[in-house]
Amino acid sequence: MTTVLWMTVPYVALTSFVLGHVWRYRHDQFGWTTRSSQLHESRLLRLGSPMFHFGLLAVIGGHVLGIAVPASWTEALGVSEFAYHLVSVSAGTLSGLVTVAGLAILLYRRVTVPAVRKATTTNDKIMYVLLTTAIATGMLNTVGSNLIGGGYDYRATVSPWFRGLFTIHPRPELMVGTPVSFQVHNLVVLALLALWPYTRLVHVFSAPLGYLVRPYVVYRGRDPRRPDVRRYARAWQTPSSTPAARR
Amino acid sequence: MRVMAQLAMVMNLDKCIGCHTCSVTCKQAWTNRGGVEYVWFNNVETRPGQGYPRQYQDQRRWKGGWTLNKRGRLTLRSGSRLKRLLNIFANPDLPTVADYYEPWTYDYDNLLSSPPSDTTPVARPKSLITGEDTAVTWGANWDDDLGGGPSQVGRDPLLARVSEQVKLEFERTFMFYLPRICEHCLNPSCAASCPSGAIYKRTEDGIVLVDQDRCRGWRQCVTGCPYKKVYFNHRTGKAEKCTFCYPRVEVGIPTVCAETCVGRLRYIGVLLYDADAVLEAASVPHDQDLYPAQLGVFLNPHDPRVVAEAERAGISQEWIEAAQASPVYRLIVDYQVALPLHPEYRTMPMVWYVPPLSPVVDVLTSTGHDGEDAGNLFGAIDALRIPVEYLAELFTAGDVGPVRAALRRLAAMRAHMRRINLGEETRPDIAESVGLTPAEIEAMYRLLAIAKYDQRYVIPSAAGADAHRLDALATGCSLDSEGGPGMTAFDAIADRFHLTDTNGAAPDDKAGRINLLNWDGRSTTGLFPAKQTNGPDHAADQPNGANQAGDHPHGADRAAEPANAAEPTR
Ligand code: SF4
Ligand code: SF4
Repeated sequence: MTTVLWMTVPYVALTSFVLGHVWRYRHDQFGWTTRSSQLHESRLLRLGSPMFHFGLLAVIGGHVLGIAVPASWTEALGVSEFAYHLVSVSAGTLSGLVTVAGLAILLYRRVTVPAVRKATTTNDKIMYVLLTTAIATGMLNTVGSNLIGGGYDYRATVSPWFRGLFTIHPRPELMVGTPVSFQVHNLVVLALLALWPYTRLVHVFSAPLGYLVRPYVVYRGRDPRRPDVRRYARAWQTPSSTPAARR
Repeated sequence: MRVMAQLAMVMNLDKCIGCHTCSVTCKQAWTNRGGVEYVWFNNVETRPGQGYPRQYQDQRRWKGGWTLNKRGRLTLRSGSRLKRLLNIFANPDLPTVADYYEPWTYDYDNLLSSPPSDTTPVARPKSLITGEDTAVTWGANWDDDLGGGPSQVGRDPLLARVSEQVKLEFERTFMFYLPRICEHCLNPSCAASCPSGAIYKRTEDGIVLVDQDRCRGWRQCVTGCPYKKVYFNHRTGKAEKCTFCYPRVEVGIPTVCAETCVGRLRYIGVLLYDADAVLEAASVPHDQDLYPAQLGVFLNPHDPRVVAEAERAGISQEWIEAAQASPVYRLIVDYQVALPLHPEYRTMPMVWYVPPLSPVVDVLTSTGHDGEDAGNLFGAIDALRIPVEYLAELFTAGDVGPVRAALRRLAAMRAHMRRINLGEETRPDIAESVGLTPAEIEAMYRLLAIAKYDQRYVIPSAAGADAHRLDALATGCSLDSEGGPGMTAFDAIADRFHLTDTNGAAPDDKAGRINLLNWDGRSTTGLFPAKQTNGPDHAADQPNGANQAGDHPHGADRAAEPANAAEPTR
């Protein structure tokens, strides 16, 4: 059971995450979009969306620090366990609260603005449930276990377990005996990762940083041979099947 | 010098009757799908008026186009690239559907299915977005013909600039129609504000397009375009815009809006310009210098040096000849009667307008004067301050000089041609007073008044856009050869794009497949070939079919080569 939960499930989820993205990128460029609903409603979105997104970026940054950086490294830098804990809990709580507030506004908007509600697909709904649960359980871990419950040193168990998945030395036994809230959080996040490539969340991976350096105006030639032969050839006759190309 | 070719349009506003045919045919062709119900790639607005979307010209609010920063460098009005990226999660300058209008339909079914009753059943308006009851309070041309009176029309952002105390009294009022499409700018701010680089300007013909595969829905382009001619498809989550009907112009026929224009007031042609000079011209310090600066970017296609450079840049003979015969070049450069729309947005727009003389003529005639007398007209152009200043706000960043000059040329043309029509002796001094010869005035008259289809639209085909591909494409249709029946423009399109679903040329087993132009993204039925036992590849490679050879002549070339067609095509 331990092996299935903490080794098989994570690998299945991560495989789906990676392969799913590759597959979708190759076959569904047209569907790869934020599908923003700002056109329908702008006021609430301008409040909630930056809070949510910037908060979440901080949260993800915190996760990277907490999971990818082993405790021994920070100690070697002379950062005491107490100091680390203080920083991570306070920064984590702050960014978590901003994220939750942003998400609350966005969800309120989803439900109450008719046009936005109408634009919500089943896919979106499943994604929202997973995302909300992931964030809620995450908050519970940060605030509940660490602040109120006296602190839990996930860097001794959860972090090495997660790193082990990537170094191909999985140690599922590390997760035995971790608090239930941590276990639930991990499983929900894994489910979210598994579904990620099939939802709107793919837009994370097209963060357009190249915009900062490219020329303002893009020029492109019309190439009658190139367009979408691979994508559409199965479904439609394309211009490439003009006699010249067939020869 | 880097010569590039641009397909441009000129509209003669004097002839626009505001019938909206262009808008309707464009919508039928391109935006009658889910997600773009509110979108009009072509719209016709009454000026003065608020326009579509409401007050789009108020760039202090919408932040479209370019501006000069403190160091005099060209930068997007909506802010630096970094600022745009930081605003990516919520664009503060994005119009919402309410700024365009909430699209609606009527519950017609209620009229048919209502049981017998004492009261007449009604068809309630339903929102096309939510499907719920809606109150119709605004539309794409709500203030058509000054509808709504001063309370609506008075909100025109240009009126406020013309005079502190504009009165829209009936006896002093003026109006005209302004049809608008995407300007296919030389310096497109929509493309410049697209974080993904999905909007591009085509090197061969200058058409500005959104790559639907690369757009990620960041919606910065909607803000970036000062003409608000990029729209967000709320169903697919992608930006869409006027395509200058590229599938049509590529085979040498005009855009849908031009083809169907009732007033026959649209002209399409090629302009050659110096791509290296665009940035400098767009950065001149004073707004009013932008119109002359843009004229300076255009190249004279009759100049042998320009022709030589164009050839070196790979522009084909067909395109150079088209540029020399371009009606657009004549109206913009030779006669200088066409002016750009809002040059102060610094995007270097490429749909230009012949300003309307009719508001002036109308006022003259209504006051009992002869509206076709040169002296009266010239005097009136100078005296009627508000229409002329208003036109200047539209076309020359407020500089009345070029507007007055263009109107005087039109007035001179009227006066000159009337003398000819009435058999009176012509007065060359009328023509000379506006810097033209009588022969030029008559040529201009022919172009503006009676030009035929192939004089209004001088569109080289895309096959000739790049000479080195000519070989490959010249064999486009075997029936086009000597002795063959020849191809019409429609055949050319059908052959190139295989729009075979609707013209009966699709093979029977594919008759039900979807026509992409109408696809609303809701269902995928018909998009993919049905599974067949002998393998999907085989099914997809089936030629368009022996079964059509009988009823459609152009199937013949395909049917004649079944062996070839069965080979893999990629
Ligand atoms: S008018 Fe057309 S080309 Fe110019 S900025 Fe707007 S969308 Fe782009
Ligand atoms: S079809 Fe022509 S005349 Fe009619 S509104 Fe459009 S531009 Fe004007």
